[in-house]
Amino acid sequence: MALSMPAIMRTTAARLSALYLLLFAICAVLLVFYMTSLSARMLTGQTQDTINDEVLGLARAYQRGGLPLLVRVVEQRSRQPGANLYLIADTNGQILTGNVQSLEPGVLEAEGWTTEPFSYRRFGEAELERQRNPVADPNDTQSGQNEVQVEGEKGHNAIALVLRLPNQMIMLVGRDLGEPERFRAVIRRALMLALGMMGLGGLLIWFFVGRAALKRIDSVSEASRRIMGGDLSGRLPVTGAGDEFDRLSENLNSMLARIATLNEGLKQVSDNIAHDLKTPLTRLRNRAEATLSGKYKAADYRQALEGTIAESDQLIKTFNAILMISRLEAGYSSESTSRVDLAASVRDVVELYEPVAEEAGVTLETSVQDAFAVEGNRELIGQALSNIVDNAIKYSTDSTAKPSVRVALDRVGREIRLSVTDNGHGIPDDADRARATERFVRLEKSRSQPGSGLGLSLAKAIMTFHNGRLDLLPADPGLSVVMSFPEREDR
Amino acid sequence: MHMPATQSSSEIAYNGPMKILVIEDDREAADYLQKAFTEAGHTAHVAGDGETGFALADSGDYDVMVVDRMLPRRDGLSVIAGLRSRGNTTPVLILSALGEVDDRVTGLRAGGDDYLTKPYAFSELLARVEVLNRRASAREAETVYRVGDLELDRLSHSVRRAAREITLQPREFRLLEYLMRHAGQVVTRTMLLENVWDYHFDPQTNVIDVHVSRLRGKIEKGFDKPILHTVRGAGYMLKSG
Repeated sequence: MALSMPAIMRTTAARLSALYLLLFAICAVLLVFYMTSLSARMLTGQTQDTINDEVLGLARAYQRGGLPLLVRVVEQRSRQPGANLYLIADTNGQILTGNVQSLEPGVLEAEGWTTEPFSYRRFGEAELERQRNPVADPNDTQSGQNEVQVEGEKGHNAIALVLRLPNQMIMLVGRDLGEPERFRAVIRRALMLALGMMGLGGLLIWFFVGRAALKRIDSVSEASRRIMGGDLSGRLPVTGAGDEFDRLSENLNSMLARIATLNEGLKQVSDNIAHDLKTPLTRLRNRAEATLSGKYKAADYRQALEGTIAESDQLIKTFNAILMISRLEAGYSSESTSRVDLAASVRDVVELYEPVAEEAGVTLETSVQDAFAVEGNRELIGQALSNIVDNAIKYSTDSTAKPSVRVALDRVGREIRLSVTDNGHGIPDDADRARATERFVRLEKSRSQPGSGLGLSLAKAIMTFHNGRLDLLPADPGLSVVMSFPEREDR
Repeated sequence: MHMPATQSSSEIAYNGPMKILVIEDDREAADYLQKAFTEAGHTAHVAGDGETGFALADSGDYDVMVVDRMLPRRDGLSVIAGLRSRGNTTPVLILSALGEVDDRVTGLRAGGDDYLTKPYAFSELLARVEVLNRRASAREAETVYRVGDLELDRLSHSVRRAAREITLQPREFRLLEYLMRHAGQVVTRTMLLENVWDYHFDPQTNVIDVHVSRLRGKIEKGFDKPILHTVRGAGYMLKSG
């Protein structure tokens, strides 16, 4: 992937790298400047101390033996190798003795410490230079005794103390600055190197981190574009590194999964509406049309209208059930839950259905082990249980023995189970049993029974809402519909 | 469906023409409600948004209000809460397209007296509105309900018809109590399920019918006059004669 510079600069990683690089460089430069100036001052101080010691020594020689001894000592010391400079000149500045061959002009004119480092030339250097570099410019050697030697590569810098002797002669005691200058040069080089390394490091980090991040983000945005294009099954790439990009992708993926589920639910609802509401609506319309086109008496119209109302009511019920299932599956609000006494729910629903069961010749029995309570919604649980009991009563009537329905409330492990078992034919086929809770699925045998085919789907949605399960188990004979609730935490 | 008002308040609840305020922004639905209420013998006024509805309700003397939850300019629940805070106790039926259990709770908490989810049958709405009529709620305080020769004593939990004692199960007693409190009014199956069983769902089979027919057997068997009538397409009505 070719990256243009502006594209790189638009990445957060690159911007951060650049910012850090800049801040770091500023700090480094400040530090190095502080260090060099500090060390330069220290070195200058040391140099001045050395010069002061020399001057003291020379002053003692002068006191002991006057000018001749001073000159002798200067000559003696001048011969010793080292960084010290000695010079004695007459009042005109003509050099009489010492190890300095030439100086920058004006150095000898002011007494005291030289304010600036000055350049000078030692005795013997020209010869050395010539031996080392025979093709050197001959002009160099022709320069006069006092000739100014400025800024030549062979000139050295030094600082010195200029004193006027009692006989008006000038004495200079100095020290070469080669050593501190070398030190400064070393630091400067180190600084340049460090800055270069930092720049290079910043660029590398910029390139790798920025580019890697850019790549990851690009793949995420590409994947999201694909998903936006309509492929809701698509997922964002997860590298497995467990970094923040992975976490982001994982979260977005679970969000997508949730959206896909909801979308699927929505699609199912529209499919269901298309398929299962179309039939009663067509029936409704046909009935109205037939009534209108025929020649009937007022009472017939009335009957047709009443039929229409009854059919519409059934449609409304079905519609409400579909909406409710969708809402529950969408995980609509959980705020409406409270402690629900399941034993009371069983009592209520059994009491509600007892006359219906009796009329159908079905024995309705209950077996409640304990007053189990769950966290949930009383209305919803009552509705689910009544749907299941309703079904059980309907399907137990085909029993070969005396039809009976048993509602049992029990605890199994960490679950509270509310089971409704009938002794009818049940649903022998495993696949059919699994399908029975799907929306609008009405198994062949149940087609003769009234109902929307939503009772068990609604019960299942209600159980999902309660973090529980709805299982259909063979009861041999019959069917056992089990609502399993998770046990309340505080019990 | 529209009963003439009787002077004997203990015999039949007031069921005369009511002045109803409908606050509903759906023009078509509002017009339909106005027409249907008028046909049922009531007077209905319509407000198309929350602010207008609030102003009308605040100034007019209505018997019942039907308030949609989602309204332009001012939310239905806020209208109700506002009226209640001003001391207006007109019974309110909330209409909602939401229909979650939560919604019912929040609606009733805001000061609503009943709650109905769209889509609804008008017969259901009418029955509920007539029951809400505040002039009918006076019966709450009575300890003995009488409808024709049927008498229910709420304190001693005894029921007699023509001086003959009738034994009822506790639930049957509550069923009859509710029907008698709203004697002369249509009571729907869902209203019975709500008020007698405290459940707000539609049972798949009409379990309520079976309970009612059992009760009917007990209070009508051996007596020549029927007293518990079935209102086709709507529900039941307890009425003498």
